[in-house]
Amino acid sequence: MASLKDLRNRIASVKATQKITKAMQMVAAAKLRRAQEAAEAARPYSERMDAVLANIAQAVAGGGEAPALMTGTGKDDVHLLVVATADRGLCGGFNSQIVRLAREHIRKLLAEGKTVKILTVGRKGYDMLRRDYARLIVDRVELKEIKQIGFANADEIAKKVIALFEDGQFDVCTLFYSRFKSVISQVPTAQPLIPVATGEVEEGSNSVYEYEPSAGDILGDLVPRNIAVQIFKALLENVAGEMGAKMTAMDNATRNAGEMIDKLTITYNRQRQAQITKELIEIISGAEAL
Amino acid sequence: MAESFKFELVSPERLLISEEVEQVIIPGTEGEMTVMASHAPVMTTIKPGVVTVKPVSGAEQRYAVFGGFADILPQGCTLLAESAIHVDKLDRADLQKRIEDARHKAEHAEDLNERSRAELYLHQLTTLEGTLVPA
Repeated sequence: MASLKDLRNRIASVKATQKITKAMQMVAAAKLRRAQEAAEAARPYSERMDAVLANIAQAVAGGGEAPALMTGTGKDDVHLLVVATADRGLCGGFNSQIVRLAREHIRKLLAEGKTVKILTVGRKGYDMLRRDYARLIVDRVELKEIKQIGFANADEIAKKVIALFEDGQFDVCTLFYSRFKSVISQVPTAQPLIPVATGEVEEGSNSVYEYEPSAGDILGDLVPRNIAVQIFKALLENVAGEMGAKMTAMDNATRNAGEMIDKLTITYNRQRQAQITKELIEIISGAEAL
Repeated sequence: MAESFKFELVSPERLLISEEVEQVIIPGTEGEMTVMASHAPVMTTIKPGVVTVKPVSGAEQRYAVFGGFADILPQGCTLLAESAIHVDKLDRADLQKRIEDARHKAEHAEDLNERSRAELYLHQLTTLEGTLVPA
């Protein structure tokens, strides 16, 4: 049985932990709002980009002008998986969900006899995948030092991917990240990057375009940029998702700490009361004996 | 009053403008172009330069853009810029840094093709600086 002093210490330490989780929850809430705003502000660009890309892809379709980045190499022997996770833990199952999805993919691809290469973005994904697939990881990017993810960060990752592709290192590229559905729900998603999956062309917008310079040239400029935009979008959604998950996780932790404090306090009071009663009995029986 | 059309200027980070305008001057790679309502559909890449927007109401606005492309339709125009900023808010140090980077790239280019591209970009940047910063 723990002594009164032990119980007091225990309560104090749980209280301190609760304060920390509470503070983390509030910080996550504030960051979540900013991340959400950033993700929303970036949405118009990627939407327009999709529309333009779909249009132009249709225009060059069959012309043989499309760059390899868009059509792929025509093979699917070597797969590059870009796994984007957070740099920090303490956010519930957020990181492990993404990694689990990536793992399933890796297993499936390996079972099919394909070669798999991994590029991790964020420290957590690297740490988790390193255990099983250290040999497959070709490169990693950490974003820990960066406070607000800018387009330049995404562009850097895109450049790496494109350089690998041009070097003939892989045939198909898939991006893993967590789609931000709502504060309490993040869906791990696998999105094909290369070859590009083009969306539907809007009705009535297939008017005859003039291209300046040629359609092929524009496409050559546009496709690499599109990859950067997709990565940027994924990173922003990831940050928002991470903060959402962290907020929920820390809220739970704070609540659990509260319950624990209540339970400990009851035990403490009961024990204190028992001790007082015991002392009283001792005094009374001592007095009676005289 | 001239006819108006919808103009949108978006950068990856945010939507800068989305409003009805009378005309827009875009720095296309093949030369500047003025876009007005009912323009023929054109898709063009843009070079670093200044976009001048003339809204239906209010004064002319100028934005510095660094590369990207424009999607022009009779009913509207969308400008997807790699990075864009209002001319008044443009930081001269930032511009200098971009010029330095471009210069570095041009000097260290590996092949001729890359070098000529980097030099072209550098030239466009210095031209932009010349137009923005009064001598």
